[in-house]
Amino acid sequence: MVSLLRGSLVIRRFFLWCFLSALALLLSACGEKQESNRDWGNKNRVLFVANGEEPKGLDPHLTAGDPDRNVIVGLFEGLTKLHPKTLEPGPGVAESWTISDDGLTYIFNIRENARWSNGDPLTAHDFVWSYKRALTPTLPNEYAYMMFYFKNGEAFYTGEIDDFSEVGVKALNDYQLQLELANPTSFFLQVLDHHSFYPVHKATVLAGGDLDDPSNRWTIPETFVGNGPFTLKRWEINNVIELEKNPHFWGAEDVWLEGIHFYPITEYSVEERYFRSGKIHLTHTPQMAIEKIAVYREKNPEFLRIYPNYATYYYSINMTQKPFDDVRVRKALALSIDRKTLVEKVTKGEEVPAYTMVPPDPEGYQPKSYFSYDPELARQLLAEAGYPNGEGFPVRSVLYNTNENHKKVALAIQQMWKDTLNIDIQLENQEWKVYLNTMLNLHHDIGRTGWIADYVEPTNFFNVLIPGGGNNYTGWASPEYKALLDEINATVDIEKRYELFEKANKMIADVMPLIPLYYYSDLNLVHTSVKGWYSNVMHYHRFEGVYLEDDSE
Amino acid sequence: MLRFIAQRLLTAIPVLFVVILITFTLIRLAPGGPFDQERRVPQVVLETLNKRYNLDDPVHVQFFNYLGNLLKGDFGPSFKYPTRTVTEMISTGLPVTLELGFYALLFAMCIGIASGVVAALRPNSLQDYVPMSLAMAGICLPSFVLGPLLILIFGIGLNALPISGWNATPGDKILPAITLGAAYAAYVARLTRGGMLEVLSQDYIRTARAKGLSPLRILTHHALRGGLAPVVSFAGPAAAMLLSGSFVVETVFQVPGLGRFYLQAAFNRDYTMILGTTIFFATLIIIFNLLADILLVWLNPKLRENMLKS
Repeated sequence: MVSLLRGSLVIRRFFLWCFLSALALLLSACGEKQESNRDWGNKNRVLFVANGEEPKGLDPHLTAGDPDRNVIVGLFEGLTKLHPKTLEPGPGVAESWTISDDGLTYIFNIRENARWSNGDPLTAHDFVWSYKRALTPTLPNEYAYMMFYFKNGEAFYTGEIDDFSEVGVKALNDYQLQLELANPTSFFLQVLDHHSFYPVHKATVLAGGDLDDPSNRWTIPETFVGNGPFTLKRWEINNVIELEKNPHFWGAEDVWLEGIHFYPITEYSVEERYFRSGKIHLTHTPQMAIEKIAVYREKNPEFLRIYPNYATYYYSINMTQKPFDDVRVRKALALSIDRKTLVEKVTKGEEVPAYTMVPPDPEGYQPKSYFSYDPELARQLLAEAGYPNGEGFPVRSVLYNTNENHKKVALAIQQMWKDTLNIDIQLENQEWKVYLNTMLNLHHDIGRTGWIADYVEPTNFFNVLIPGGGNNYTGWASPEYKALLDEINATVDIEKRYELFEKANKMIADVMPLIPLYYYSDLNLVHTSVKGWYSNVMHYHRFEGVYLEDDSE
Repeated sequence: MLRFIAQRLLTAIPVLFVVILITFTLIRLAPGGPFDQERRVPQVVLETLNKRYNLDDPVHVQFFNYLGNLLKGDFGPSFKYPTRTVTEMISTGLPVTLELGFYALLFAMCIGIASGVVAALRPNSLQDYVPMSLAMAGICLPSFVLGPLLILIFGIGLNALPISGWNATPGDKILPAITLGAAYAAYVARLTRGGMLEVLSQDYIRTARAKGLSPLRILTHHALRGGLAPVVSFAGPAAAMLLSGSFVVETVFQVPGLGRFYLQAAFNRDYTMILGTTIFFATLIIIFNLLADILLVWLNPKLRENMLKS
């Protein structure tokens, strides 16, 4: 009897406790309506941003992803800085520079009031040390090749020389940095704003661990030191990254924002809900929930920002096997795709039909198209290749990584090929890493691929097709093409470069190792209270010029 | 009792070993590695990385190295987030997932037991059908449907509750807890109803009634104790499932818990992270099952006697 009573007492207490907790939970919710992040941020000068995936890291020499870069541009500043709208390189840490007549030697004058976020002066020696670190062969820096623009940069990286003083990076004095290049590189000033050229604070890096240790923890908020307009305040993995204004930044008085909060949100639908409920000012991912575009266009067009992106979506053809070793087959495939229908009816993300690998740059090189949608010619080419009306065409497939949008595109193209050429192409989807592995080993027939530029330069795209290059999923290895690229790299004159670009562009169209489908668009939701935020083809956004102004009422 | 616990803990060791072995083998068999990405990592960099993380050793050497480190309590660094260790990632995500799981369980128990009891009191009447059909719906609605649905109604439509986040605004834990707990609440309701129906037809309940006890007293003092046994044995695995299965809810509501790490680690081929979280969850499941068994023994004198005899 005693034990029975004891038991029931426990049960009763349990129930009471359950009830009370549930009540407390509910009551805590039904308080007064919360002020939204956005309203609070507008008052307190804090910007709230949805930033895609959780950044891999914040060390500028060890990272590659867009979400990482979005945060890093707030934390660091390079020698030059691109204009937020035109992307023209302007002064950054360097207030001025001189370029030698042969285009090989640059001398940068570093601002004497440039400081690290801990107050230490930022000097030319810091840059020398940072570039040395970025070129250290044992540091797994994916962008080490960016340092090959320097004289002897590649030789140092590959171990041909051990003495860094032979590399073209030299501090003339505390505030003068001399950079010598291997080739005259017309876009070098632009490249200097790439994160792999940002300086890192020597003492902090070394205190965190070895110089080449990818697990070096100097980027945690407790120890972080940068030189950008903001510094790292809080970093809760998978939750939030908070930046606060860096009082030591040389241009701090012109920085309006007091802080930025980055939320890692991978789902576009979640991101859109965040925006709708006022939790964020803007979405910083290059895309948005496609099904919401029409809704915003109708109800809140003022929030929608659409701009062409310097990025291409294309199908890589594995040319090493039949029947794709025949250029007529490749062309027939390319010519029978109605790209206009594809972007208007299928992808619906404001993409632009593409007939070249390199997207047109509104401010620069505009490639010519050498083909168009031409079903008649496509059928003829296929017949010439020995498959009249698609007869005898072997079973081949399009490979894409598992994703609803890639599937839609592939389905549409499959149907277009069936309708125009009467050939049956299968669809095959694989999980991301499996897909990468298949493509890597050229085990695909036709594979979905995309390329987003690191900087606005056509060579960025042309380099994809370098014979044996890591991102060349076509098996095309043309020595003439390689020679042409080398020629481009050695040419400074802009007119001459454009000529060579066009030559490369035509060569690709003649061989057709890949089928360009569309150029991506940058699709963002940006609240009207955000000012000083410009769309550009690089999806490059610095924060020092951003301010908030609540004009909704 | 102690012997029983010790025995159970000892059998856990080979179980864990097999879990590690299978996970280790499976992730190595899966195509693609932790450093594969769309923009291919240069070969030199890849070699540097493989060397740094000893991925260039033969697989069996890697396995025993891993086991050795594990015995020292070292799960290694995450490959995807190199500046974080797996231990650190688990310890950041765990409190969040535990808290979420606790609220979800609480919700499941309160709603589930209450509606189960209500249904059992008048079987085959409206009072039975309504909660039980709701329970059926709860079991059928997956959380990736229920979550956005609740967000639409309570978050955006009524603007009464925060739609996501964790510990950022008061009340942001309610919707994820309800979403996660709903399916379990439904299950608990059905289990309670079944258990109660069985107990309520027992002789001792009739005796209690004959003694003139009030129905409420019979319910709370006599019936519930027996009727809840199936719920208790369900609670252990349920608690473990709540913890390891919360990734959908964590993604929908942007909750920085362990479930999201687990899912991402698998997609990223983050070997150390997958192993670390799998081992961790396996251990949790073993512990929760053990706890449920202990609770069951404590609630059921018959089982206790059996154990004492043996």
